[in-house]
Amino acid sequence: MTNIPILKEREKQIYHKGEGVFDLTCDTKSLAGSVSQRACVFCGSRVVLYPIADALHLIHGPIGCASYTWDIRGALSSGPELHRMSFSTDLRERDIIFGGEKKLYASLVQLIDTYRPNAAFVYCTCIIGIIGDDVDSVCKRVTEEKGIPVLPVHSEGFKGTKKDGYKAACESLSMLVGTGSIENIGKYAINIMGEFNIAGEAWTIKEYYENMGIEVVSVFTGDGRVENIKRSHGASLNVVQCSGSILRLAQIMEEKYGIPYIRVSYFGIEDMSKALYDVAAHFKDNIGIMKKTKEIVKNEIDAIYPDLVRYKKALSGKKAAIYVGGAFKAFSMIKALRSLGIDVVLAGSQTGNKDDYEVLRNMCDEGTVILDDANPLELSKYCIEKSADLFVGGVKERPIAYKLGIGFCDHNHERKISLAGYSGMINLAKEVYSSVLSPVWQFAPKKHNAEMMK
Amino acid sequence: MKTQEKIKYKATSNACKLCSPLGASFVFRGIERSIPLLHGSQGCSTYIRRYLISHFNEPVDIACSNFTEETAVFGGGANLKLAVENIIKQYNPELIGIATTCLSETIGEDVPMILREYNKEKFGENFPEIVSVSTPSFSGTHIDGFHGAVRAVVDSIAVKKKISTKQINIFPGMLSPADLRHLKEIVSDFSTDYVILPDYSETFDGPLWTEYQEIPEGGTKIEKIASMGDAVASIEFGKILAGEESAGKMLESQFNVPCHSLGIPIGINETDAFLKALETITGKPVPEKYIQERGRLIDAYADGHKYVFDARAVVYGEEDLVTGLASFLSEVGIIPIICASGGESGLLRQKILDIIPDAENIGIRIIEGADFVEIGEEAKKINPDFFIGNSKGYRIAREMKKPLIRVGFPIHDRLGGARIIHVGYRGAQQLFDIISNTIITTRQDTSPVGYTYM
Repeated sequence: MTNIPILKEREKQIYHKGEGVFDLTCDTKSLAGSVSQRACVFCGSRVVLYPIADALHLIHGPIGCASYTWDIRGALSSGPELHRMSFSTDLRERDIIFGGEKKLYASLVQLIDTYRPNAAFVYCTCIIGIIGDDVDSVCKRVTEEKGIPVLPVHSEGFKGTKKDGYKAACESLSMLVGTGSIENIGKYAINIMGEFNIAGEAWTIKEYYENMGIEVVSVFTGDGRVENIKRSHGASLNVVQCSGSILRLAQIMEEKYGIPYIRVSYFGIEDMSKALYDVAAHFKDNIGIMKKTKEIVKNEIDAIYPDLVRYKKALSGKKAAIYVGGAFKAFSMIKALRSLGIDVVLAGSQTGNKDDYEVLRNMCDEGTVILDDANPLELSKYCIEKSADLFVGGVKERPIAYKLGIGFCDHNHERKISLAGYSGMINLAKEVYSSVLSPVWQFAPKKHNAEMMK
Repeated sequence: MKTQEKIKYKATSNACKLCSPLGASFVFRGIERSIPLLHGSQGCSTYIRRYLISHFNEPVDIACSNFTEETAVFGGGANLKLAVENIIKQYNPELIGIATTCLSETIGEDVPMILREYNKEKFGENFPEIVSVSTPSFSGTHIDGFHGAVRAVVDSIAVKKKISTKQINIFPGMLSPADLRHLKEIVSDFSTDYVILPDYSETFDGPLWTEYQEIPEGGTKIEKIASMGDAVASIEFGKILAGEESAGKMLESQFNVPCHSLGIPIGINETDAFLKALETITGKPVPEKYIQERGRLIDAYADGHKYVFDARAVVYGEEDLVTGLASFLSEVGIIPIICASGGESGLLRQKILDIIPDAENIGIRIIEGADFVEIGEEAKKINPDFFIGNSKGYRIAREMKKPLIRVGFPIHDRLGGARIIHVGYRGAQQLFDIISNTIITTRQDTSPVGYTYM
């Protein structure tokens, strides 16, 4: 045990499987002073739209929000890289007093003339509504003058949680969808949604689908292009990964264009295969697709299986803590780590909902700690108490793991190594192996280990 | 409104600055058992935490008052107090450093008033000190937040007890943890009592933990800050800072503590000035150790002078860092051909001219309020030999196929940003070796012969 204190208000967001009634509080705003690992509404919008590589992303507000999100995601592009630039209206005191509309207008005109983007997104940060800027009408004016879509993103940081930012981004995207031509789109066409091409993951996934005989109209938003988004309503199925981030757009497209959606995950052999089979099953009138899918799955698994067995042997019996943004990723990670012989002792997410946590509880072993919107102290406490050997999370969790002498695997949007698909499963195994079994931990003063040996 | 019409608006593209609450967080992190609290949106603290973690590779807990829509309408007093209470319960700090954000400043939050009744008198001796600083991100940059927080801490804690002491106050500015350790070593070697504020030499660069630390060990002791009014002198680094109402100047005007305003001691000239000030204040000669170090440094300068003479460097970062680097570079014969900063104090030009009076004749470009697109455009005109500054210049350096020598903050693409020594003879020695060897490497790599001797 540790003596790390847990705030009373936070206790309802922590559950030990097997103890008491399961009634986890979630989907709430973060507690002041708790040091949540979450970011804000703006962050939610920014991560969803970020990979659209031929669009201008202009952040309207003082400088911080633009500085901290410059080149922040490992979302790759096969062509233009405008998304890797950071543009800000850089509002100053005088703009706060007189309003930022003129500066926004001038910035848009200047940047569009310089970089010739195919669309522009204007992200509203915290103070934009407060100083009374009419961003919608500035965007409308520039759209007319410059002949490209200029879309406001209502992502004021304090107006909800990261999830509300996802919604705001989806609403902006929905203004683009349906504005392009759907000529020449075949019958077996899908959109890949909630796949951000981190380390080229979308390319891997797209290749699987194309080899199955399925056309990919648009990826939302990995290696994204405005033109593809405009014609994405020509697809006959939306395949949605990353539950929270893009689901709203899939729902809008279902209402507006009657395009059904299914939810998938590309992490781990089990979920990856299920995704391909589910998509193939959707196009059941074409038995060739299912046939090819079976071949692909078999070949891919055969290719990685020997390596996987080797890693599993080395990693069997290790214990992992998982803390990620969306709960869907946690489900996949539990399965993927189990396939490596690793037990999950802590599982949590920033933005899971009631249904997500119900699934999570059913998946987890007895004694696993389930956390919603956790903070560094809670994560540390349970890593120590559960003697975790591995932490799967993002950059903010990495130093917590290392300070405690625990291995770490980056599964967030800054990762440079593809973890999706079958090849991604081997990369995951390698990543985990190279951290958990590193000899450097022999020097770590791991208190919990010492105590356990007593 | 007329003045408003005349302003020529320009977007900031790839900013060469960060927002002011980040600077304040540095300072509050450098006080013993202190924790920073940002009065704003959850994203403010999370983005800044992530930015600091990526440089220091240390856990960085920064709390937040978590504004919501209601808070923005009705004021953040209740949230701020809740945050303070929750921080006390979780972290049991001795000091909570509150920094405002653009959001709380725009809605006109008066933090000192909100906190007026929140003090030791009411809640007893165990209640932490609370210091607040106004850091609206629409005014100034991170370095203003840094100096503002130092001033706020001194203003609210330092007193004059009229105790006889030999204490020297050191205000180092935003240096690396290794710099702070080196400065402490230098001052200790003069066998004098001192206090350095802030001191994050351990809190941002500590060992693995044997036991969990809510707040990492280290930092300036609060009682030492309280004794600053009795000090014999203050030494404050920063020529740009010298143009402002600084902590050192405040102690001078309030408590008659003489303030020595010096440049950041980078290179021989500025380090000489620093040691001279220590000699003057303590009445003791420079310890033999530093005379030796200085001697070895000059010997190294002699060995390497031909390789670096007339090389041209692009220098960027905080204005005082740029000024310090320009002083060092010019004393070894390197031309700081571009001196750029995102800061807009209006003093950079003059400070560079003070060091290099004929700067304009030799074509040195001094750019205030610069962003990286502007720095890149200027750099392409002059074909420099190398870039020196934080890791955010990498994009341009890569594009131009020129080496980037990483110094300052942030260094997000290399290990060891915390361990770089910039100051003192030792710092100059390291910088000189790196620069010389970088130039030698370029020559060797581009040589058709590939000499194995220099």
